[in-house]
Amino acid sequence: MIGFLASVGATTLALLAGLGRLMIFAASSLAAIVRPPFYGREVALALLNVGYLTLPVVGLTAVFTGAALALQIYAGGARFNAEAVVPQIVAIGMVRELGPVLVGLMIAARVTSSVAAEVATMKVTEQIDALVTLSTDPLRYLVAPRVLAGLVSGPVLVAVADALGIFGGFLVGTQALDFNPTTYLRNTVDFLTLPDVTSSLVKGVAFGGIATLMGCYFGLNAGRGAQGVGAATKSSVVAAAVLILAANFALTAVFFTA
Amino acid sequence: MIDLRGVHKSFGPNQVLRGVDLHVPKGQSMVIIGGSGTGKSVLLKCVLGLVTPDAGTITVDGTDVTRSDRDAFLARFGMLFQGAALFDSLPVWQNVAFRLLRGSLKRPKGQARAIAIDKLQRVGLGPEVADRFPAELSGGMQKRVGLARAIATDPEIIFFDEPTTGLDPIMAGVINDLIREIVVDMGATTMTITHDMTSVRSIADQVAMLHGGQIRWVGAKDAVFDSADPYVTQFVNGLADGPIETLR
Ligand SMILES: Nc1ncnc2c1ncn2[C@@H]1O[C@H](COP(=O)(O)OP(=O)(O)OP(=O)(O)O)[C@@H](O)[C@H]1O
Ligand SMILES: [Mg+2]
Repeated sequence: MIGFLASVGATTLALLAGLGRLMIFAASSLAAIVRPPFYGREVALALLNVGYLTLPVVGLTAVFTGAALALQIYAGGARFNAEAVVPQIVAIGMVRELGPVLVGLMIAARVTSSVAAEVATMKVTEQIDALVTLSTDPLRYLVAPRVLAGLVSGPVLVAVADALGIFGGFLVGTQALDFNPTTYLRNTVDFLTLPDVTSSLVKGVAFGGIATLMGCYFGLNAGRGAQGVGAATKSSVVAAAVLILAANFALTAVFFTA
Repeated sequence: MIDLRGVHKSFGPNQVLRGVDLHVPKGQSMVIIGGSGTGKSVLLKCVLGLVTPDAGTITVDGTDVTRSDRDAFLARFGMLFQGAALFDSLPVWQNVAFRLLRGSLKRPKGQARAIAIDKLQRVGLGPEVADRFPAELSGGMQKRVGLARAIATDPEIIFFDEPTTGLDPIMAGVINDLIREIVVDMGATTMTITHDMTSVRSIADQVAMLHGGQIRWVGAKDAVFDSADPYVTQFVNGLADGPIETLR
């Protein structure tokens, strides 16, 4: 019994200590973004990788999800003669929840994993040590540019996902479900409110930040050897996905509970 | 110049350094020998602050390394890592000129590149490697690029972790001469880890042997080859029989 309690206590303490370290890391990374020196080339490369190269996968998932959503709402709505709400529900569903969550999970899969693997490999091949001896702070040179790119790209990716998700619904609505294109668009635009869009973009900022921070954190704390790289990559993606979904719930609660 | 007193370092249950005392005078070449896994690389990393010792003090010019201004402190150092540790996202010349392209030593790109190509020349690499990426080079070439990077800013203190492993005998000779030249002509203070007795002969002023987590023996270069210490004798002559255990 005592042994059980002790192990519960030890696990809790370890968890809290880990959370504390993560918080300190996040705070110092964000501070590193605004304090010189700045590495422009690194920021540009990170924007390319985190933002631009993630566009195709985000776009594709959004279009298909929006299209499926339209079909489902039509089928569900038909049960009580409410087929006409398809444009409104697709818009709300994409912008408030699905757009940000899809983007969050896609960047966790694509960006967090690649950042973690890259940084962890640098760690196990002593490249991080080499950076330090060459008077370069890894937090400023490696972490800050990637996190900044995440914070900037996140909302842009979410905006793209929102738009393409609505477009997917529009395609299905007008091509398969006999909606009038003009009415469909007018209903969409009229129904969306400013808080819908703001919450979507704020979520984008948060998720972009979480995804890149997790990649860097687990990469920098990787163990030794190829195994260390593998473990760091796996943990970073899991942590990013879980934290993104938790943050999504928290932000939804903040924005939409009056 | 560099003083280590009672330096201890453990990784979990593995006690690597158990009270290392060592003094490296200014402008001298100290060579560290010792069995594989005895903590030679860890020792150098302790001086640079990459590994934090559990106990003991390390001072450079009388200032504790943990209390000095990190940037100014590190600017005095050059380090060749055992695995070269080149940045594989950057071409070779930008690796060599890393410090010359950013921070306090920043200078125009053309000038930095010229210096990089000159340093590459000194380690026996032609200008054609400058624009290649580290992954496209052989292990020995990577090592030499790492060496060029360590000496790129002509630092006062340079650490070489096994500079000649993976090199052919002629190239090893070139590198040994280069290290000697850096000490004699430029007055640098160096610490070199090596398993290569030819290197010891050509670059050392003093030799220290690390064994059992402590400095087992330290003395002038000539004394190492006819030392009465059985550990040193076994090591420099590469004998299987002696006080140093070999698991077989
Ligand atoms: N970051 C680390 N974490 C855990 N153990 C480590 C770490 N760095 C080194 N060690 C351990 O410390 C010991 C000494 O390692 P070190 O690399 O200093 O050996 P070395 O004397 O340089 O050997 P070699 O001549 O083979 O390079 C080894 O047992 C190694 O496993
Ligand atoms: Mg070593």
